[in-house]
Amino acid sequence: MRIASAKESYAADEALFDSAVQRRWFAALLAALVLFPFAADQYWAFLACLAAINVIAATGLNILTGYTGLVSLGQAAFMGVGAYTVALLENRLGTPFFVNLPLAGLAAAAAGTVFGLPSLRVKGLYLAIATIAASFILHFVFANWDSVTNGVRGITVPPATLAGIALDTPFKLYWVIMPVAVLMLLGAANLFRTRVGRAFIAIRDRDISAEVLGIPLLRWKLTSFALASFYAGVAGGLWAYFFRVVTPESFPLILSIFFLAAIIVGGMGTILGGILGAVFMTLVPEVLKLLVGAVAPVWPDAVVLLSPVRTVVFGALIVGFLIFEPQGLAEMWRRTRRAFHLWPFRT
Amino acid sequence: MAADSPILEVDGLTLAFGGVLALNGVSFPVAPGSITSVIGPNGAGKTSLFNAISGFYRPRGGSVRVEGRAIDRLHPPERARLGLARTFQNIALFRGMTVLDNIKLGRHAHMRTGLLDALFYFGRARREEMELRREVEERIIDFLEIDHIRKAPVGSLSYGLQKRVELARALAMRPRVLMLDEPVAGMNREETEDMARFILDVREEWGVTVLMVEHDMGMVMDISDHVVVLNFGQVIAQGLPRDVQANPEVIAAYLGSGNVDDLRRRFAADARKVA
Repeated sequence: MRIASAKESYAADEALFDSAVQRRWFAALLAALVLFPFAADQYWAFLACLAAINVIAATGLNILTGYTGLVSLGQAAFMGVGAYTVALLENRLGTPFFVNLPLAGLAAAAAGTVFGLPSLRVKGLYLAIATIAASFILHFVFANWDSVTNGVRGITVPPATLAGIALDTPFKLYWVIMPVAVLMLLGAANLFRTRVGRAFIAIRDRDISAEVLGIPLLRWKLTSFALASFYAGVAGGLWAYFFRVVTPESFPLILSIFFLAAIIVGGMGTILGGILGAVFMTLVPEVLKLLVGAVAPVWPDAVVLLSPVRTVVFGALIVGFLIFEPQGLAEMWRRTRRAFHLWPFRT
Repeated sequence: MAADSPILEVDGLTLAFGGVLALNGVSFPVAPGSITSVIGPNGAGKTSLFNAISGFYRPRGGSVRVEGRAIDRLHPPERARLGLARTFQNIALFRGMTVLDNIKLGRHAHMRTGLLDALFYFGRARREEMELRREVEERIIDFLEIDHIRKAPVGSLSYGLQKRVELARALAMRPRVLMLDEPVAGMNREETEDMARFILDVREEWGVTVLMVEHDMGMVMDISDHVVVLNFGQVIAQGLPRDVQANPEVIAAYLGSGNVDDLRRRFAADARKVA
């Protein structure tokens, strides 16, 4: 049982990780992330990269939808803007990836700000529909602006290079994707220690009284859209380096729904929720595939019979979460922690 | 006190919803350092008046001046920045935040941390947050005696405590005029006395002017310097508490005229309306 946590300064009380135990666990996690690619094969390195990309995009959406309360179904489209930006910069200018990625984020942020304008008038489902428009309009642009996007054929992206080394395998690219993901998550967590994050939450909880309390809605709603799209853009840029080809079909509306599902399953309005949700949504189908593969030797028909069931199980898991833990995986994690803190007593 | 020019002045404010006049030429001054109370029966327009002052409603006519400067064209956040801080009748705390964050939120308009500072939590962001935390702790939380709940989610608090947290948030707004909408509604005697004491202390210690809407006549008459009586959107009386209390028009608005024949006629009229 944890008896108390004594703090001697306000700074210590405001810290991101406010106990020594937490800091040690975080260090252990970072160490594990560094060691992971050496222990894993290409397949798991691939999955880790994909999960990290999804975590970035989902965290962006979580800032917008989970924290600011603005439902968006445009996240994948803004990822597309980032991916195309990287593809174009690589092919036409050949600038290095550490320049391209921020530019991808900024391009997406600009698009997000424009498509966020309806949020000043509409909320909830209506806003969700308005952001679907973003999806369709951007898809149309990707598919038809031939001279720039090369139409439906898409653009092939050369591998990112660092000091002359082409980062052309998941193992190599992991060293770009994972640090970027960690930095962006820390940034998101920092946000909610300041007035910016408080303004977002206030807008979510009661936008009208937030305004009377001195928070200009126009500015902060658009900031939230821009920031969410920046995260999407960087994720899209990494996606482009990862898959090395960008086409209009790479970022369908269903991908936006995937991110929305990820933050709902993970827990809206918590940084941890975006991480857990995106990792869950990325890995569970793969884990189910492995399980099916594992029973194949003893039951040869398993692959044929169970493969379709896999999708059903995945869907059932999501529905199960919505019913039994509407606050998401992050809340389960929090409860588990509390149980340990209180042990041997119970709540 | 009458010699001072008013810190807040409501001048001929008229507000209409469709054909209904919620406020009709409402004028009154709020002297600096005073406690001014607005009273009136339900539906008299008291909360509409507050909403018009904080910029949430656009009045059809009239003007609101802060230290002589008309603020009619300012948006609500800009008025908040000028020092018009308020609490709400039906408690408008942010349920997704802790008590501490709710209070800190009040300072928003006076901080300058931008998006980039916030993402890195570096330089200005850290400095501003630390200053704010210290001030909130040492001047507000300590003063309002809510240190035991600073990390609690606001949803878990009792009604009386929520009202106190709202007052704390308004104090964090660096108020010059503190607008309290029914600060003791629904409170028991003891909580009411606590709140009255806090309001008096706030004025003493912070030099803040208080403008409040309240139904609890006992408290209004005890602590107010100036009382404004609204009925059907019009000011029917204003002045010192004891003068207002003795005003026959006010008594009529609250209690009826005291004339039995008049009462009979009204009941008869009501009965005809129902039939």
